[in-house]
Amino acid sequence: MKASAFAYARATSLANALELLATHGDKAKVLSGGQSLIPAMNLRLVSPELIVDIGDLGELRGIAVKGETLVIGALTRHADLLKSSHIVKCAPLLAAAVAHVAHPAIRNRGTIGGSLAQADPASELPACMLALGATIVVRGKGGERRIAAEEFFTGIYETKLGPQDLLVAIEVPVASPGSAHFFQEFARRHGDYAIVGLAAQVMRQGDRFADLRLGFFAVGDTPVLAKAAAAMLTGAAITPELLAEASAALASELNPHEDQQATPAMRRHLARVLLARCLATLLNRPDLQTGAGV
Amino acid sequence: MTTPVSISLTVNGERVEAHVLPRLNLADFLREHLKLTGTHVGCEHGVCGACTVRVGGEIVRSCLMLAVQVNGAAIETIEGLSDSGEIADLQAAFRDRNALQCGFCTPGMLMAAQDLLRENGKPTREEIREHLSGNYCRCTGYHAIIDAVENAALARTEPQA
Amino acid sequence: MSSIRNPETLSALDRPNSYIGKTVPRPNLDRLLQGRASYVSDMELPRMAHVAFLRSPHAHAKIVSIDAAAAKLMPGVIAVVTGGELAAVITPWVGVLSHLKGLKSAPQSAIAIDRVCWQGEAVAAIVAISRAAAEDAAEQVAVKYEELEAVADMRTALDPATPVIHSSLGDNLAFERVHDAGAVDQAFAASDAVVEAEFVFGRHTGVTLEPRAVVADWNAAEARLTIYQGTQAPHMVQNIAALHLGLREQQVRVVCKDVGGSFGIKVHIYADEMATYALSKLLRRPIKFVADRVESFNTDIHARDHCCKGKIGVKRDGTILAFEIDDLTGIGPYSMYPRTSAIEANQVVNLVGGPYTSKNYRARARVVFQNKNVMCQYRAVGHPIACSVTEGLVDLAAMKIGMDPVEIRRRNLIADDAYPCASPSGLRFEQLSHQASLTKIVEMMDYQALRADQAALRKRGIHRGIGIASFIEVTNPSAAFYGVGGAKISSQDGVAVRLDAQGSVICQTSITEQGQGSEALTAQIVGSVLGVSMDRVRVILGDTDMTPYGGGTWASRGAGIGGEAALQATKVLRKNILDVAAVILQSTPAELDIVDNAVINVSDGAFRIELNELARIVYFRPDTLPPGIQPELMATKHFVPREYPFAFTNGVQAAWVEVDTDTGFVKLLKHWVVEDCGTIINPQLVDEQIRGGVVQGLGAALFEKCIYDERGQLTNANLADYLVPMSGEMPDIDVGHVVSPTKESELGAKGAGEAGTAGAAAAVTNAVNDALKPFATIITEIPLTPQVILTALGRI
Repeated sequence: MKASAFAYARATSLANALELLATHGDKAKVLSGGQSLIPAMNLRLVSPELIVDIGDLGELRGIAVKGETLVIGALTRHADLLKSSHIVKCAPLLAAAVAHVAHPAIRNRGTIGGSLAQADPASELPACMLALGATIVVRGKGGERRIAAEEFFTGIYETKLGPQDLLVAIEVPVASPGSAHFFQEFARRHGDYAIVGLAAQVMRQGDRFADLRLGFFAVGDTPVLAKAAAAMLTGAAITPELLAEASAALASELNPHEDQQATPAMRRHLARVLLARCLATLLNRPDLQTGAGV
Repeated sequence: MTTPVSISLTVNGERVEAHVLPRLNLADFLREHLKLTGTHVGCEHGVCGACTVRVGGEIVRSCLMLAVQVNGAAIETIEGLSDSGEIADLQAAFRDRNALQCGFCTPGMLMAAQDLLRENGKPTREEIREHLSGNYCRCTGYHAIIDAVENAALARTEPQA
Repeated sequence: MSSIRNPETLSALDRPNSYIGKTVPRPNLDRLLQGRASYVSDMELPRMAHVAFLRSPHAHAKIVSIDAAAAKLMPGVIAVVTGGELAAVITPWVGVLSHLKGLKSAPQSAIAIDRVCWQGEAVAAIVAISRAAAEDAAEQVAVKYEELEAVADMRTALDPATPVIHSSLGDNLAFERVHDAGAVDQAFAASDAVVEAEFVFGRHTGVTLEPRAVVADWNAAEARLTIYQGTQAPHMVQNIAALHLGLREQQVRVVCKDVGGSFGIKVHIYADEMATYALSKLLRRPIKFVADRVESFNTDIHARDHCCKGKIGVKRDGTILAFEIDDLTGIGPYSMYPRTSAIEANQVVNLVGGPYTSKNYRARARVVFQNKNVMCQYRAVGHPIACSVTEGLVDLAAMKIGMDPVEIRRRNLIADDAYPCASPSGLRFEQLSHQASLTKIVEMMDYQALRADQAALRKRGIHRGIGIASFIEVTNPSAAFYGVGGAKISSQDGVAVRLDAQGSVICQTSITEQGQGSEALTAQIVGSVLGVSMDRVRVILGDTDMTPYGGGTWASRGAGIGGEAALQATKVLRKNILDVAAVILQSTPAELDIVDNAVINVSDGAFRIELNELARIVYFRPDTLPPGIQPELMATKHFVPREYPFAFTNGVQAAWVEVDTDTGFVKLLKHWVVEDCGTIINPQLVDEQIRGGVVQGLGAALFEKCIYDERGQLTNANLADYLVPMSGEMPDIDVGHVVSPTKESELGAKGAGEAGTAGAAAAVTNAVNDALKPFATIITEIPLTPQVILTALGRI
């Protein structure tokens, strides 16, 4: 199990990286953390002609707070997200999510930009981006583009990134006071990709939700922001009956696949379980735990 | 450009200069070029953890890094950690508890365990299980490994009388 | 219970400073801990080339043509060899044994010649200067296939409409065994309750962390083939390599260094390994083959994959009157060589109902061919199937009559004073301890307290369950296992032990080490019997040039058979040493003993002479000994069990689990095992064999399954999709023992390698069903995935 031969270029600057991508287009692959790309290459599932290694681009690294925005460089590793005080303060959902990403040795290499560009529908961070209302910052031939997370993910392993684009940063609105989050996933083993997961960011107002963003993952081609279910649950008094209605709405918002772990029906079921657990946890309402018609 | 790339790095404190093909991964570089065969290859797709080494002080899967990526880096392998004595107590704890059978996972397991103990001196059994959850062992069933890491942690935090 | 026999003679068990029964660290651990071991995958030899196999993408296809012209021109390529070309140096084989009556199989070649019969079968070998170069060239070999209909489903393999895989065999039935004991129909008629269920077991595999690896080095100038291989049975490999390469056995040396896990995966003869030996002979240079992980999934033997109907009859008072089973298993397109693929089904028939007194037993087992990877013996062959079926049925019967699972077992397990006795399948038991084991595990787990916890938690909607599984385990196999069927697989083992000139002890044994502790237990026995410290004992194993002839390490035979050979050889050496000592010291052997590396007086323990001084005299100053004395400081002994075909052991496991009935996830909270392997040489090694075995069984219970599609394609042949048990989900495992030594040997040791795997899945399945009792659903399928559980609960 050895990768096919390829050429290698270590980008010396962002401009250099973009130049390499402009020249080689889809024959090139960007190497960030490599934790998805290299296994695929070892298995010869992909055989790029050129690897553009962006690992030396210090300007793509780091986490900063700029006013009301948290800016995360694309090369920021999962391990950095887990340890960052900025993340804990400004986007605690991310810290909660990253703990579920693979294992320490993988988190030491894997990057947030790599994860989002890979766009595995079962991975945690894309769904967090939806829940957080993040903006993906992309550089390409035509300069910089800022793409809302909701628009960014277009299919299985597919995004708005073109072959000549580079994902350079992520902007996340700083969590406002009174906001809360919930993250849970059902994975067969610790660190595995989830069968279904939920990343939720909410604003509570008393015993109701003023805002509710439910980012489900492993429920279709892309992560899904469950808007219909959220709309029903926003501003209303949450009763088991309402939860059941929202759950039904949720099920129709999802278009899950069948794979070796679960049928679509099972994924819908587990998504409903997650919704109930999310509400029960955030509102401290144990009665909702099994109230989603599950 | 599929021609060899020259790299310069340190491995277990020794300076290493090499010409490597871009496709050569770090595990194969260590094993085949430097003959550091203590780093094992179990799956070559980043799941089993047998190839775990330290790059710049942090554990990584060496099958998921290219040798060309470690240019300028400091690599440490099981041979280095053994010779320096850094994990002698952890190795003794594994020996006393028979926390290995065939030994093939052991170098990677020790790397991961030492990584945990460096950041968390008093891990619970759950934390140990979690930190080692990316390292596959077919022989032991893990219980003895968890015991050994727990014992080593206790011994480190309780100064010798 | 562990009484010491032969008190008048030397007993290894009660010598001063004995290592027997003590936890001492294995002497070989440091090299494993420091990354200084020598696995075959680490080996390099001068002029060594690497082979990669081009493997069939189809489960069943005719090979129309192979065009290797482009591949041969690729950089670094040394040769591209097809099956037809390789056939010039290696003959095909057929995996049958005569004692498995009616077993049939077709000739199998090292590389497929006209037809491929499973996805992953090799169609060409590409030899190159590196594995990467070989893989590059493999992509350039153009093979034209004509796809044939694949036989994928074992349930329809015998249907008239299903194609016959090997037309020369007439049908797809490889083997069938029928057994009928007692009066089964009358027993069911007399039962107050009869329960039936169908038990389904996923196909899974061993996933040794070091894949199969071999370096074959044909030295034409010496006319000798050296095979470096991680194998459990070096002499078996020697015999078979010689046979099919047209060599005499002395022309083949098999060297087995450190082995990265085996579990039965590395006790077979694989086509690609045979091809590697042949390639070395053909190309006259060392060739290395290391299976990569995908190849491992596609070609390492698979196991289990049984579908077994079971039936139990029980009286209202709990008395079990009868068992009946109908087992079906699919083994791939060939019976494996040389151990065959009928053994597992045969074991299932042998073992079902084994712990119980019921004498009425009817069984049928059918073994069918299919176009999937080959199946054969993997750790605890047949045991998990037999145990899950038996213990599942016993729990179902208990549930039906409203009896506690512990109570029904107490009433039916064979009494500990009823031995020797035989099972309805004809197995002979020397001495087992089911009742004592059950009593012990009930204490260890505090059964009543757990039941109280369970009831309290159930009121809060938390569903926990307790599962119990008693089992018997086949160990120390005699020639009855393979030899009587014509296989040249030795059931005896030999040990040579000598005192060297500096007083160190060198011990050569035919058992092998794959991490179980063969080296340690041999050193413990030799050190104890001889009276020397373990650090003086060096154990040499895994080399057909260097060790006595023997079977190796498999089927839990190393300690019981190899250990006894070590004990007996060392007794002879000890006697020889004392004979010389008596001459030197002008005493008699009976007045002398060896303790702590020195000869002492039996009477007062007084020091007489250091062993190294004695050795110095013997080797360098024999002139100082009286005339006619010819000291013999080396002894060899062999041992094979003769009274019993197998040394049965027994035990019981218990699982405590929590089922999330919303998600179908099972959390393993705790696991207990009590087992009886006779004399315990090293308690820690035994416990760790048990724990490791349990987790392999837990993997089968919850996670592991080779998932094939209807076209015979293995769809999860990688470590991300095939789920092995990892540390995060595994429980702590408490192990206890009851000790009933076998009288077949002086050592009294039986095996312990299968016990953990034998009963783990049964205990967990019973626990899950216990947890789900309020939901009135029974699951008899493993792995117990969330999908299976949610489906059973009607949640999806």
